[in-house]
Amino acid sequence: MKLDRDAVLHIAKLARVDLTDDEIDTFSAQLSEIIGHFDVLNAVDTDGVEPTAHTLPIRNVFADDVSRPSLTQDEVLAMAPSTEDGYLRVRAVLE
Amino acid sequence: MRELLYLTAHETAGLLARREVTSREVTQAALDRIAAVDGKVQAFLSVTAGHALEQADAADRRLAAGERGPLLGVPVAIKDLIATKGIATTCGSKMLEHFVPPYDATVARRLFDAGAVMVGKTNMDEFAMGSSTENSAFRPTRNPWGLERVPGGSSGGSAAAVAAGEAVYALGSDTGGSIRQPAALCGVVGMKPTYGRVSRYGLVAFASSLDQIGPFTRDVRDTAVVLNAICGHDSCDSTSAPVDVPDFTAQLESGVRGMRIGVPREYMPDTLEAGVRARIGDALAALAAEGAEIERDVRLPSTEAALAVYYIIAPSEASANLARYDGVKYGYSYQKGASMWENMEKTRGMGFGTEVKRRIMIGTYALSSGYYDAYYLKAQKVRTVIRREFDEAFERYDALVAPVTPTTAFRIGEKSSDPYEMYLNDVFTLPVNIAGLPGISVPAGFVDSLPVGLQVIGKPFDEATVLRVARAYERAASWMERRPEL
Repeated sequence: MKLDRDAVLHIAKLARVDLTDDEIDTFSAQLSEIIGHFDVLNAVDTDGVEPTAHTLPIRNVFADDVSRPSLTQDEVLAMAPSTEDGYLRVRAVLE
Repeated sequence: MRELLYLTAHETAGLLARREVTSREVTQAALDRIAAVDGKVQAFLSVTAGHALEQADAADRRLAAGERGPLLGVPVAIKDLIATKGIATTCGSKMLEHFVPPYDATVARRLFDAGAVMVGKTNMDEFAMGSSTENSAFRPTRNPWGLERVPGGSSGGSAAAVAAGEAVYALGSDTGGSIRQPAALCGVVGMKPTYGRVSRYGLVAFASSLDQIGPFTRDVRDTAVVLNAICGHDSCDSTSAPVDVPDFTAQLESGVRGMRIGVPREYMPDTLEAGVRARIGDALAALAAEGAEIERDVRLPSTEAALAVYYIIAPSEASANLARYDGVKYGYSYQKGASMWENMEKTRGMGFGTEVKRRIMIGTYALSSGYYDAYYLKAQKVRTVIRREFDEAFERYDALVAPVTPTTAFRIGEKSSDPYEMYLNDVFTLPVNIAGLPGISVPAGFVDSLPVGLQVIGKPFDEATVLRVARAYERAASWMERRPEL
């Protein structure tokens, strides 16, 4: 499987990561090689095998529905790069 | 006070309990050691001297009031991806260079409640992605046993700090070997507990089904002591296991007589460095002399597929976890773009280093439409097969032993241009994360003055047996007396 420049740019778009021209070229070669190594999985017979998402024998952990203290609005906004009137500020999403 | 530098936590706690030293003296000795050698080793991203001395004085007051505890007043270093309230937590990344957490991780809180004194936050591969600490956005850490060599990674700073006498013990995190591999390369004990044993609340997430926090220590008893402090259910982490935590020191000295110990054939391949093979052979002989029954022909046939499973599952989970770094809520933010999307893409393009971007790309690809079944789902199914093979082995053996790494510490720069070559460092450690098992690296001697680690792997939630085997070997070999010259 060869990932060309267009494929790398498509994945970068999905991941919302800006890449330099050098990175696009480097990743095209390196990702192709790394993904090529994934073919080894085809040698493992997984017919009828259930997937494992995590290894613990627990599912659907529920907490009691009671409120408890959390970070204050001020504490959360203090970490943000840009705020306005108690909100996080970003550029317009819809122009 | 050079004699304080290489004491274990249990020895230090003994001196403190008998009031032969104060926590302030022990803490100052660690801070002085950092000042003297960290210019060379570069284990720390931040040294929290003022904060440490305040914690030391508080510990001394508790000691003066008659309180005793195995970690009360003892200096610790914490990997810089474990949240510490009011103290920068960078994750080795430009993205979080100025991030100051508003709360403590559960492990940090548990240690601080037990009276631990944090001397600083340790260097790491950015977002814990790497095997050499060369991927730190700030500086590489050097191996105390050979300053031109890597300490391993991603928790290279924590391993090097303990090896260099800059802290009595340290915390790290292990997603595919990031505690055991640097412990092996730096000649200290490092343990990844069973997945779910230690709360991940406040740990910067890399791969949530694989990440686990654990200790670096000078001996196996200290590992048991630290596990006693940090293990246990936490309602803030829904993947923390609601199971009882035994006293891990209770069975420590019980030995291995009559124990059945297996050596997986796939972990002793022809490509294993000859020196490492020799040291592991010596260790097996030592365990046999202690009375263990060693079976050298255990089969874990899907081991060869583990690297691919890991490099699909871990980047996939990372690509989802790292989506939160959008330049909006916290962390680095590019704000000069023409649109919200341009700002977000530039924030991530400039805030993340090359290896992090590489893994986000791999994960995004593996999860993308048309490839999900072939890569991610297939990897999850092979994960089931790998776990079953371990389960079957543990029906016959009490523990498995193997090398931790295929080689001793390599030179800085030697593997940094070839990501796949770097990934091969973790070939003996990452199956243990895939299967969610406990594993330890215990010092197993030297090849050309560079440390080798012996890995002991156990059944889920059977850390006690892993520690018992590691301790039996440690007692027979006593490599911990040897120290690096700095």
